[in-house]
Amino acid sequence: MAANIGPKRLVVGAHYGLRDWLAQRITAVVMAVYVIAFAAYALFVLPAGYEAWAGLFAPLWIKIATLVVIGVLIYHVWVGMREIFMDYVKPTSVRLFAYVLTVLWLAACAVWSVQILWRV
Amino acid sequence: MSTTLLDKKRPEFKNIHVTQIVRYRLPAGSVTSILHRVSGALMFLALPFLLWLFDLSLISELSYVRLATVLSGWFVKLVLLGLCWALLHHLVTGIRHVLLDLHIGIEKEAAARSALWVHFISLPLTLAAGLKLFGVL
Repeated sequence: MAANIGPKRLVVGAHYGLRDWLAQRITAVVMAVYVIAFAAYALFVLPAGYEAWAGLFAPLWIKIATLVVIGVLIYHVWVGMREIFMDYVKPTSVRLFAYVLTVLWLAACAVWSVQILWRV
Repeated sequence: MSTTLLDKKRPEFKNIHVTQIVRYRLPAGSVTSILHRVSGALMFLALPFLLWLFDLSLISELSYVRLATVLSGWFVKLVLLGLCWALLHHLVTGIRHVLLDLHIGIEKEAAARSALWVHFISLPLTLAAGLKLFGVL
């Protein structure tokens, strides 16, 4: 740790802690529950056609639940992509650039999903 | 004439080069691990595409019909099949990771077996998704 203090601090490091490790597992469990419940309902219960599909996303609570899961997904994707970059992209400037692109990409996806859900 | 230890040709162990990767036989756990990364990265790249499909499915009756025509192309179906595999593989390996973290099946043999079981579960489900996608089921 001492090697990383002060001016030697790794600016593209990962907080060196337990937080993201734990968050990755909790977000995974939340998504797994949503995906399995959603897939089971959509495959075996929901009638075919636009009316039923759009009707599914009409209630406010399902919009909120879906958006929360998308938010959780985006955090999960951020931790995962950062991990990939930390393992394979070594120069600090390139890695930082990759981080910035990833954050912008994910932020755009988040905003878009709000628009999609609240237009129904 | 005597030779010192320093004169002997010592074996060298360098980092694996990309060209050597194909000659390495990875254990099952490593294969599922690297595929977990690959599938995750694929879904990350496909996120806007999936949101676009989701958008089409919800805007109106008209866009819903348009989605059906988009989904009728074989290339789109193939991409979706790839993403189905990515999701199923990522989900099943993810469940395995959480179980390992809870110290379930952490012994060497059990972990190697569960690494294979990941494929036995995710591949048939992918096949089922493929049959549904291509209209066989």
